[in-house]
Amino acid sequence: MPTEFLSCGDTALVVQFGETVDAETNRRVMGLDATIRRHAIPGIVETVPTFRSLMIHYDPRRTSREALVGEVEPLLADEGALDASFSRWTLPVCYGPEHAPDLEDVARRTGLSPERVIAVHSGVTYRVYMIGFLPGFPYMGDLPRELELPRREEPRTRVPAGSIAIATTQTVVYPCESPGGWHLIGRTPVPMFTLSREQPVLFRPGDEIRFKAVEAAEYDDIAARAAAGSFTLAPDREVSA
Amino acid sequence: MSDSRPVLRVLGAGFHPTIQDLGRHGAQRLGIPVSGALDPLALRMANVLVGNDEGEAAIEIRLLGPTLEVAADDVRVALVGTEAALEVLGPAGNRLVPAGVSARVPRGWRLRVGAVKDTACCYLAVGGGFDLPAPFGSKSTYVRSGIGGLDGRSLRDGDMLPLTSGAAPAGRERALPADYRAVYGSGAVRVVLGPQDGWFTAEAVERLLSSTFTVSREADRMGLRLDGPELPHARGYNIASDGIATGAIQVPGSRKPIMLLADHQTTGGYPKIATVTSADLPRVGRLRPGAELGFRAVGIAEAEELRRAQEALLAEVLAGVHDAEEATSVRVSALYRENLISGVFSIGTA
Repeated sequence: MPTEFLSCGDTALVVQFGETVDAETNRRVMGLDATIRRHAIPGIVETVPTFRSLMIHYDPRRTSREALVGEVEPLLADEGALDASFSRWTLPVCYGPEHAPDLEDVARRTGLSPERVIAVHSGVTYRVYMIGFLPGFPYMGDLPRELELPRREEPRTRVPAGSIAIATTQTVVYPCESPGGWHLIGRTPVPMFTLSREQPVLFRPGDEIRFKAVEAAEYDDIAARAAAGSFTLAPDREVSA
Repeated sequence: MSDSRPVLRVLGAGFHPTIQDLGRHGAQRLGIPVSGALDPLALRMANVLVGNDEGEAAIEIRLLGPTLEVAADDVRVALVGTEAALEVLGPAGNRLVPAGVSARVPRGWRLRVGAVKDTACCYLAVGGGFDLPAPFGSKSTYVRSGIGGLDGRSLRDGDMLPLTSGAAPAGRERALPADYRAVYGSGAVRVVLGPQDGWFTAEAVERLLSSTFTVSREADRMGLRLDGPELPHARGYNIASDGIATGAIQVPGSRKPIMLLADHQTTGGYPKIATVTSADLPRVGRLRPGAELGFRAVGIAEAEELRRAQEALLAEVLAGVHDAEEATSVRVSALYRENLISGVFSIGTA
C-alpha cells in the first residue's frame, strides 16, 4: 500500500503507511517520527506515532499542509534513520481470580483451559506498538492467535487501574481506572503512569515486554511498596542502536 | 503555609471549575491529552485585559461560577466569554462589572460569577496568573488522570488558589472593543472532510452536510455527542487506532457523531468523517446541550486561511483594548433595572 497523506482539519496531517497492524509498518512510523523530530520543521507542534500512521500536529498560523507535505515527503526515503534503542521488561501479573474477572470467559470462548490461557499469554515477548488512549496506555502485540477475540459487546464502565486485558491482536494495561471494552485476564501492581517520576510513562514504543505470573501475595507486596513510593521496576536490559 | 501568601480563597466552587491555559502540547505521544481552554479566544482576551500573556492559565467556568475571596493586597480580574456580569461584593457595597472589562478588587472583597446560561464556558483571568506547577509545560487541568491545575482536579469549596502576584499595579481598568464577538464567526460550522470519510457511505457525508444536529446531554470537555440523522459506515466502524485532532468528528457503532474537544483521547479506533476547522473550534467549545448546528465543508487551504483571518481579527480586537470609562462598573440596581445581565451570546448556527 502506498504511503498516503490524510488531512485532519487544518491542524493535523497524517502520514499513513498502511491500514493494518504489523511490526514492519510500525517501524516505518517510528522511523519517520524520529527523522521529523531531528529536523525540527517550523510550525510542527508535536508528532504522535501510532500503529500504522504518524500524526503531525501543526500550527496553521505558522505553516500549511502544502508546505508540510513538501518538507516531509523527501524524508520518507530516509531509511535507517530509526533510533533503534529500546528496553526489555518483565512485568509481574497476578492472573488470580480476584484480578481476572474475564479469565473463565476467555477460556470458554477460546476453548482453552484457564491455565493454558495464562501460559500462552505469559509465554511470548510482546512489542509496544504505541502509547495512546490514556496517559501511559501501552498497546502491545502480537497476541498469540489462539487468544484472539473481538472486544466485549458491552464495555465495562469501570476497569480497575493495572488491569491486563486482551482483544483482537493486542494486549494492554489500563494505567488508571477507566471505562473499557477489553477482556480482563490479570492485573499488574506496577504503575504504568506516575506523574512525579522522571519518566512518567513506563514503557515506550518499540520496547519489548514479557509477563511473569505472580501469586496474590507478591502482587499485594509490590502494590503496597508502589503505593508507598518505594518500588521501581527496572528494565531487564537496555538495547541501544 | 504563611498567611501572607497571596491566594484566592474558594468560598463556593460552583460547577467544577478548572484551571486551563492554551493546552499541553508535546505529550500526546505519551497518551496525555492536550486539554486547555474550550474557548481559547475568550481566554486570550481575558488575559490581555488583566495585563497577562495571552496564554496564561485562568479559571474556566461552566454552568455555575465560583465565589472567591481575595486574600492578597488586591487583584485585577476580568471575565470574558459570557454576557453574565462579574459580581464584586465588598463592605462598601456590591457592584457588577460587565464581562469584557477589568476590575481591581481589594483584600477581603469577594468575586462571584453566578449561573452562566449563554455558553458552555467562560474565563476569569487574574493579573499575574496562578502560582501552580506546569507539568509537561502547561497548567491546564486534565481531571481524568489528575494532571495540572490545582492537584490535578477541579476546584472545591475551601481551596486556596495561589497567586503569582500579591498586588495589582495601579492604572485605569481596560475594556474590550464593543465588536469583539465578531472574532468567533457565525453560520454553519466549517469542517474539512476526512481523514476517514471514505469509510462512510456517500449518503452519510451528504447527511452530515445537509442536516441540523443537536448537542445532546452527553457533553463535556472531552466531546459533544450529537443527536440527528444516523451516519452509516460503508466499511465497518473499527479502524486500527490512529491519532486524533481536536475537532475530529468520530462516528462509533451507534452511527451518532461525536465532536471531540480539548480533553479528547490522543488516539482512537473509530472512523472520523470530518474535522472542525480550528477557526470554528472556539464557538463549538461554547455549545451547550440543546444547541443546534449544521456543517459546511471547506477545503484545507480555505480552512487554514480562515484561521489566519481569525488571528488577524483577534489582533485587531486586542489592539482595540482601551481604558474603561469610569461608569463601566455600575451599581447592581441600575443594571438589573436595565436588564443588561442576561444578554444572549449567540453563536448563530443557521
